[in-house]
Amino acid sequence: MRVLAALSGGVDSAVAAARAVEAGHDVVGVHMALSRNRDQFRTGSRGCCSIEDAGDARRAADVLGIPYYVWDLSERFEATVVADFVAEYAAGRTPNPCVRCNQHIKFEALLDKALALGFDAVCTGHYARIVDRPDGTRELHRAHDLAKDQSYVLAVMGAGRLGRSMFPLGDAASKADVRAEAAARGLGVSAKPDSYDICFVADGDTQGFLRDRFGARPGDVVDAAGRVVGAHDGAYAYTVGQRKGLAIGRPAPDGKPRYVLEVQPVTNRVVVGSAEDLDVGLIRADDAVWLSDPADLAGAADGAWFPCEAQVRAHGAPVTARARAVAEVVAGAGGVVGVEIGAGVEVELVRDGEDVALRGVAPGQSVVLYAGTRVLGQATVSSTDRARSATSTDRARTGRLAG
Amino acid sequence: MTTYLDHAATTPMRVSAVEALTTELGRTGNASSLHAAGRSARRTVEESREQLAAALGARPSEVVLTGGGTEADNLAIKGLFWGRLAQDPARRRVLVSAVEHHAVLDPAFWLAAHGGAEIVLLPVDGDGRLDVDALAAELDGSGDQVALISVMWANNEVGTLQPLDDVVALARRHGIPVHADAVQAVGQVTVDFAASGLDALTVSGHKAGGPHGTGALLATRGLPLAPVLHGGGQERGVRSGTLDVPGARSFAVAVDEAVREQPALAPRLAALRDDLVRRVRAAVPDAVLRGPEPRPGTGSVPRLPANAHFTFPGCEGDSLLYLLDSAGVQCSTGSACQAGVPQPSHVLLAMGVDERAARGALRFSLGHTSTPADVDALVAALPDAVTRARAAGLASSGLPTGLRTGGPR
Repeated sequence: MRVLAALSGGVDSAVAAARAVEAGHDVVGVHMALSRNRDQFRTGSRGCCSIEDAGDARRAADVLGIPYYVWDLSERFEATVVADFVAEYAAGRTPNPCVRCNQHIKFEALLDKALALGFDAVCTGHYARIVDRPDGTRELHRAHDLAKDQSYVLAVMGAGRLGRSMFPLGDAASKADVRAEAAARGLGVSAKPDSYDICFVADGDTQGFLRDRFGARPGDVVDAAGRVVGAHDGAYAYTVGQRKGLAIGRPAPDGKPRYVLEVQPVTNRVVVGSAEDLDVGLIRADDAVWLSDPADLAGAADGAWFPCEAQVRAHGAPVTARARAVAEVVAGAGGVVGVEIGAGVEVELVRDGEDVALRGVAPGQSVVLYAGTRVLGQATVSSTDRARSATSTDRARTGRLAG
Repeated sequence: MTTYLDHAATTPMRVSAVEALTTELGRTGNASSLHAAGRSARRTVEESREQLAAALGARPSEVVLTGGGTEADNLAIKGLFWGRLAQDPARRRVLVSAVEHHAVLDPAFWLAAHGGAEIVLLPVDGDGRLDVDALAAELDGSGDQVALISVMWANNEVGTLQPLDDVVALARRHGIPVHADAVQAVGQVTVDFAASGLDALTVSGHKAGGPHGTGALLATRGLPLAPVLHGGGQERGVRSGTLDVPGARSFAVAVDEAVREQPALAPRLAALRDDLVRRVRAAVPDAVLRGPEPRPGTGSVPRLPANAHFTFPGCEGDSLLYLLDSAGVQCSTGSACQAGVPQPSHVLLAMGVDERAARGALRFSLGHTSTPADVDALVAALPDAVTRARAAGLASSGLPTGLRTGGPR
């Protein structure tokens, strides 16, 4: 196969490319330039967007003996990932830019371009497995090394892209093994530190990044009853579940710590409450991307519940749940303007005795549904309820009728 | 079998230059030493200097050897700015054409940021040719504040030859020194420093078939040139550093040969280039030639004979470059892609080309080893590359599917 190996400049993508070469594929290395401003992205050794990273990617290609090119996807990155990041915070939501980058850049812009240019597949250093079933279908599964598993941020790619993707590190025993393999192959990036931060936020200072974009927007911190209990310099700086950084003078009546329950951009208010107020019983999510047909999952009954596990953070634990596809109500200026069947998801979390399954799930986060190691689908959280609410049934029914 | 159509980036070293370099590499001697080995090394340097001067219409004393074209440009821009400023503190304006190489633009903008300079970018027309009237107006308005003017001999991307006679005539009237980056011109058109009336001129070794890391600034004797590299005082005290004897020898041999071959090479390359342009247009009818239109047979085209530059609508240059490279045809997008951060070409933008069209740019540049087979290979590979690149361009244009723009919901 003609394989495009996306080379970030890190150790994972370099070893993935090496494995693709070793498997006998005709491999070409491509580094994506995601910023035109040479100084905008951090220049440390922990990212995938600095000049140094481009140089590391080039050297990896040299060692592997494959051609190397830089493709400029900066315009697209700015218009999708960065703009979405800013808009979501402005809307009081908590975005995951890595998910958006996988969705719009790696498995859309890059993959589409690669296919158009005659490549058969794109190879990346993600930790996840693509499993071919005997019936010809493909499934996305968690990586063998659960500590490095990245299926959470890959689920957004959808089913149609699995056949055009290669994740050679899905079976790697551990990151240490991958580093050792890199060293054995003579790849200079073998000891390069992992990247954790958001690549376009310098120094990992998200608050500073947002402050630069939005400036100070002072407002009230209120309790669930609407009483003002403090002040803030910009609601965009808060995220649901946050405890630190709340400038609240008076202690709560019950003396317990208070957390952000909700960010209200229109009124510029931050609502706080107790940890119990963050309990989540039901998650509503939009923009569903399915890697398995939800009708199949629900036993061919469209909109029926099916059992699964739900994960809401990249490194969060999956929790037992049941889910169903519902209609997504698309709001417009004049109220409800459309209903898209199957684009929404409801996830009901199953309580284990008195334990709460999840706390502090913010709108904007991705919820990914699993059956064991297999990824079923993913969607973007739009709202949550404490209770496993009966109103969800009404909403689903309403949506169906309107559609 | 590969086809090399990127001679403007660098051209194969001439056999004579390789020979000169390897011979000299085996000899010992610091050209500044006073003993026999030193004198012998110095003799080689001075003979090389004389050879370079003779080939380029300069006096030996006007040749300042440097570590390449970029260093010579930096010396010209910074050295002249500081030198002129020392004579007259009012002269802070630096006039450069908008299509200069980064080796001229970046030192100029560095001076603006750190040295109190004021940069004036002189506009060009749709062919990339300097707007002489704009220069005249600029000089009439504030000629007494201008430190220097820098306008390249020939543009590295689109090959446009600049009206240096007009620039020099205007500058003379105001007593302003003129520098020209002639890195692309040497070996392709006649470059005569004395006849040009220029005060400073940049030459590069490897663009003429010499070694990388060699170059020179030709500078008239009376020119107020402040040093950029300080040290042992070599090269008139403006370019310190132990002289590169093998480099100087090989550089001089290459330039001498390039200049001697130029009268025969230029028409041969022009004919090859005209054929390339004609056949590219036939293969891809909507390809747009950028820069002056060649007029076969007239010999008076204001364009380098070895340069062809196109934009391919709907294509991205990096797609075309990859596809042609994988078909064995090597060319350039013509844009500055330094360390993996591509920018749309400032040359094309200055010519009025919009950013989208500028992204589809490819430069084909010929040189002393080019043959008709090179053009055949390009024309054979190009149609399929353009078809695929166009499909890829469509695939990655417009807003992606499922894009959410956020906002309260």
